[in-house]
Amino acid sequence: MIAAITDPWWFQTTLRVVGGLAAVLLVAGTLVYLHLFKMVSFMQSRLGPMEAGPFGSLQLLAEVGKFIQKEDIFPRKADRFVFAAAPFVVLMSTFLLVVVVPGGPDAWFVDSEIGIYLGMAVSSVSVIGILMAGWGSASKYSLLGGLRATGQLIAYELPLILAVLGVVIQAETMNMQGIVLAQAEGEIFGWGAIGNPYILTQGVAFLVFLVAMQAELTQTPFDMPIAESELVTGYMTEYSGMRFLLFFIGEFATAGVFSAIAAVLFLGGWYIPGIDPTAGIMNVLGPIVLISKVVVLTFIVFWVRFTFPRFREDQLQKLAWKVLIPIALANIVVTGVLKVVF
Amino acid sequence: MSDFLRSYLTVGIFGLTGVALVGAFLGLGRIFRPHKPTEAKLEAYESGVDPTGDMWSQANIRYYVFALLFVMFDVEAVFIFPWATRLEVYEVFGLVEMAIFIFILLLGLIYAWRKGVLKWA
Repeated sequence: MIAAITDPWWFQTTLRVVGGLAAVLLVAGTLVYLHLFKMVSFMQSRLGPMEAGPFGSLQLLAEVGKFIQKEDIFPRKADRFVFAAAPFVVLMSTFLLVVVVPGGPDAWFVDSEIGIYLGMAVSSVSVIGILMAGWGSASKYSLLGGLRATGQLIAYELPLILAVLGVVIQAETMNMQGIVLAQAEGEIFGWGAIGNPYILTQGVAFLVFLVAMQAELTQTPFDMPIAESELVTGYMTEYSGMRFLLFFIGEFATAGVFSAIAAVLFLGGWYIPGIDPTAGIMNVLGPIVLISKVVVLTFIVFWVRFTFPRFREDQLQKLAWKVLIPIALANIVVTGVLKVVF
Repeated sequence: MSDFLRSYLTVGIFGLTGVALVGAFLGLGRIFRPHKPTEAKLEAYESGVDPTGDMWSQANIRYYVFALLFVMFDVEAVFIFPWATRLEVYEVFGLVEMAIFIFILLLGLIYAWRKGVLKWA
């Protein structure tokens, strides 16, 4: 115990965990307020929440306060352990995912050599949580929703991973910091003033990644698993109160984390053109830059969510297997050829 | 402990943080929330009528086929990642090898496509 207190590693790790909590919860809260409460309200010509706090900014706290008072209902036939464990697994997946996102030269959670690979691996843990929720509820809607969600999440995980591969080929590393630095030091035909954000050279991969990300987050038009007009709320149907809210938090936190990963891979992550990427000031400016990019990317996610009609299940699978995966594979081959030729 | 293992320990700690957060939320709720179970409340939701039949009904086989296809491509991705980081070293040799590898796996997708399992009929 004494060693644990004096060891600087434990001190650092504690700081990182606090940072991770802030990164997950504050960003998720900001996204819900900015996009779900306000942006969609303006899109629908209404004001959105205005009562709690200035411009309704404390509405979220009020919501949590409401949900925390709700009764915790376990359906009689439910598999109680699996039913109870599902929200734990879903939120754990989000926290495992956030570790790979770097915010600055020293502001990282885990500086792993296999960074993005680790991220892609742990992101699929949430599928297990969703399947557990659907199965454990012992409800027909839940089971259907859980199965649909699983089918969709695994189908769209492939284009997501394959799109990432294009970036890995260009950066020659799976380390997230390495990918940021490769973009910061890159040059566009010898012109290096803004580095080389991979959205320019991996534009196809970026589009595939965005579409697959939308599906991974089960946001409309890919919200077949929770299609409210036919499945009530899919795998979440039997959940009430706090447990329901936890799924909700997980959804928005994951939206933020996935957008952060997309920002790192394709938009240059935390670096600012013209500032030395090893400078100490980047540990402060870096997270701000990254969060601005996250807000822009999630804006696109929610813009699409509130604009497009829902895909049918067959169209949804067709898009993944027959369009996105071949495009992503072609992108890998083309990127590989260009990499070797130049 | 080496830095390598320690970074994985951090990953584990983050996972536990997620679990602890859920536990804290639910534990806090235990103080505030009522607990009045009634017969009707504990019934599974089925559009307001009494649920009928077995809740764990049989699922469509399609999901299983998609799961198989997924395994195929996921394993493929596992092999492509290390290749992708070392492409500069292997140059044309690596490129040709990977093209053959992707082509063989693509045959699997084309086979499934031709067999009609990708169609949701």
